[in-house]
This record gives sequence, C-alpha cells and structure tokens, in this order.
Amino acid sequence: MILQILVAACAIAGACFMALAGLGILRMPDLFTRMHASTKGASLGVALLLLAVALAFQDISVATKALLTTVFIFLTAPVAAHMIGRAAYAKNVPLWKNSVIDEARGKIETAVPQSSQTENGTRPGLSDAPPDSSQARRGDND
Amino acid sequence: MTSLISISTTIAIIILVIGMVFAFIRLIRGPSLPDRVVALDVIATMAVGALSLVSIQTGQQILLDVALSIALITFLGTVALSMSLEKGVFK
Repeated sequence: MILQILVAACAIAGACFMALAGLGILRMPDLFTRMHASTKGASLGVALLLLAVALAFQDISVATKALLTTVFIFLTAPVAAHMIGRAAYAKNVPLWKNSVIDEARGKIETAVPQSSQTENGTRPGLSDAPPDSSQARRGDND
Repeated sequence: MTSLISISTTIAIIILVIGMVFAFIRLIRGPSLPDRVVALDVIATMAVGALSLVSIQTGQQILLDVALSIALITFLGTVALSMSLEKGVFK
C-alpha cells in the first residue's frame, strides 16, 4: 500500500514538473530563458517518472533500464541545450530586453558583428561593458 | 489496490498531455528556428515520460525500450540540427 502511494506520488509529481516545463517554454520571454525552464524541469520530471516505473515493476531488469534512461537523459540534456544555445547566439537570436548580463559577448563569433548590433539596437537592454574590462576578463581566462 | 496506481497514472497522463500542448503551441509559433528545436526536444522528453506512464498502466515492459530509443534519437536530432544551424545551412 505504501509502495503504491509512493508510485502514485512520483508519477503525479513528475507529470507536474514536465507540465511546468511546457508552461515555461510557452510563457518565457526569450529563447535562453525558455531553455532554462525546459531543460531542468523536463529532466527532473522524466527522472521522477522513471523512478515510478522502477518502483511499480519491482524487477531488476526494468529498474536497470529505467536507471539507464535517466542517466542518459541527465547526460545529454545539458549537451543539447549548450549546443543549441551556442548556435542560437551565433545566429543573433535576440536576448530579452530586460536582460542584465551577456557573458558570451565577444567570446562567440556572431553572424552579424556585435558593434553594428548596438547601433541598430537589436540587443537594446544590455548596458555596454567598457571594452577594457572585457579584455582583462579574457586575459584572465587565458 | 491496483486502482490507485491506475487512477494516478491516468491523471499524470492528462497533466503531461496538457504540458505537451503548451510545448506544441511554442513549436507552431516560435519566432526563430532554435525555439522550434527546443520545443521539439521538450516534446520528445515528454513522450519518454508518457511512454513510461503507459508501461506502468498496461504492464508492458517493452515500452521502456521504445522510450530509451526515443531518447537516443532525439539527442542525435537536436545535435544535428544545432550543428547545421551553426554552419548556416538554414538561411
């Protein structure tokens, strides 16, 4: 009985996390904030659902398969999000107008040069950091 | 006894389908191509969750293999789409 309550709780909690990821991907204002909502929420939701599967079947092969799927999704979701975010930044997908920091500025080559972007105002909300500080930061990284 | 698991997985599938509808709206009206790729990635992850719920409900263990295959293929698709996007195949 306790096990069934545990399975039901894990299933409903995981489904709620995944629905919240869907809501975040619909309502967030920006591609990068959308990725922030979707990657973490969907990973945790799928982990809870597969935990419910492993508890419900009580079989070692099913539990191994559920663990394998969970580990695979936890490994690949950040890699996929990193690659799609990098490609989107390089293709000049606009940031949200209230964004306060752009740490990739000057580190990823973009299709449209960023000096002309500030003149056109395609990334308007970002306050331009002075160029010497970004140079110093890059020097520290090297 | 088993009706608790049956009822709760049905409720969970309904919640999951609502979230899938949200992600599908973003897939249709996403302003840029990376938005659509992210929405498709989330929809496939939700499909993995829905398959695991259906396998609890019906007792079919083979559906977990389908879920693992969907997870594998989705990662390959997302990586391929982002690499071709960065190299400028689209636009």
